[in-house]
Amino acid sequence: MKLINKIYDSMDAAVADISDGSSILFGGFGGAGVAYELILALHRQGAKNISAVSNNPGYHEEGIAKLIAYDRISKLTCSFPNAKDSYVFRQKFEEGKIDLELVPQGTLAERIRAGGSGIEAFFTPTGVGTEIAAGKEEREFNGIPCILEKAIRGDYAFIKAKKADRWGNLVYNKSGRNFNPAMAMAGKITIAEVDEIVEVGELDPETIVTPGIFVQRVVKRSGL
Amino acid sequence: MDKRLLTREQIAKRIANDLQSGDIVNIGIGIPVLVSNYVGPDAEIIYHSEQGVLGMGKKAKPGEEDPDLVNASKEPVTLVPGGSYSHSADSFAMARGKHIDVAILGGMQVSEKGDLANWKVKGVKLGSIGGAMDIANGAKKVFIAMTHTSKNGDIKIVKELDFPVTALRCVNRIYTDMAVIEVQRDGLVLKEIASGFSVEDVQKVTEPKLIIDEDLKEIQV
Repeated sequence: MKLINKIYDSMDAAVADISDGSSILFGGFGGAGVAYELILALHRQGAKNISAVSNNPGYHEEGIAKLIAYDRISKLTCSFPNAKDSYVFRQKFEEGKIDLELVPQGTLAERIRAGGSGIEAFFTPTGVGTEIAAGKEEREFNGIPCILEKAIRGDYAFIKAKKADRWGNLVYNKSGRNFNPAMAMAGKITIAEVDEIVEVGELDPETIVTPGIFVQRVVKRSGL
Repeated sequence: MDKRLLTREQIAKRIANDLQSGDIVNIGIGIPVLVSNYVGPDAEIIYHSEQGVLGMGKKAKPGEEDPDLVNASKEPVTLVPGGSYSHSADSFAMARGKHIDVAILGGMQVSEKGDLANWKVKGVKLGSIGGAMDIANGAKKVFIAMTHTSKNGDIKIVKELDFPVTALRCVNRIYTDMAVIEVQRDGLVLKEIASGFSVEDVQKVTEPKLIIDEDLKEIQV
């Protein structure tokens, strides 16, 4: 009998099959909860024309800023593209080398949660009367004007968690949780980079944030 | 009497006086960050931070920082006893679902209808929204903390926004270095004035015609 085992031996093995043109959801808020080692492995792997979803564009040349610097990302869906240290994105955007879909952060999180939950679209008041509403259907519910927002899914999701077991159950560290649980749900293949791998049964079932059903691959950080 | 504009700290202190023990408060960047410094020790305010912290505490001291525990400006912070973490979609459900009592935000322009512009300067191509639109729309009350005019002297309280909109009809109160103004259905009501200023002084730098509160007071800070 073969036991369930989602554990991969290396970051490189976990990202090996990602092809050009894939869509990838990247967890993280600023530098908290970012799967840095998976991103570096993807950089080594070389896939390009990636459609990326990430709250931030990476700072300096770290995180997805490294992928952007090497022209691997062709479109970024993001709520906070313009920060002091996100000069890599700013430069590529000004050069026309990367497209931007600007999304309010709560709408971004909800579109991802919808994507993982079988909800194709939803109406929300956020963005009504703003440039975000351009081209979107508007309707009123209970007297409240709303716009239609569509689900976001990814071919892959890059997740950073604190602990995992071989079933893919995950717990997070503090606000490093941020987009990771919703993205884990919305990724077709969700890859979790974790600080520690424990035996099945060790994680308290009452505290598991992402049940393993949403996770396909688990890799332990080298911490280098 | 000398006309004295309020300092950023005094604006923050004035806002703190309007918070009530038990309020769940979301704080934006700029002057709003200073508000928590002026909340009395007997008031229990719970701070919500968009990236998934309810019960955010003070900034982390050196040696106490955890890169996974940050505020909305990505600075290391702490969690108070009773605080909790949630993922982004739930954290924004708190904001979008009308669970936050007060959001204290910065402002670039506010209209007489309570429309808010605070995420991008006019004419700029690339701006960051972050949680601004969700929180301005979703909080039960929105307090704006800002200078009455811009650095160049431009009027910020206007009839119609010409900066990119954050949210429509969302602002309840405007706290500036010169006045406290309430947004009501029939217009902007001048409630309080900084020491030494006259109604005319405030009106001169406010585009819409102000309604003067019967009980107009001097700002106490």
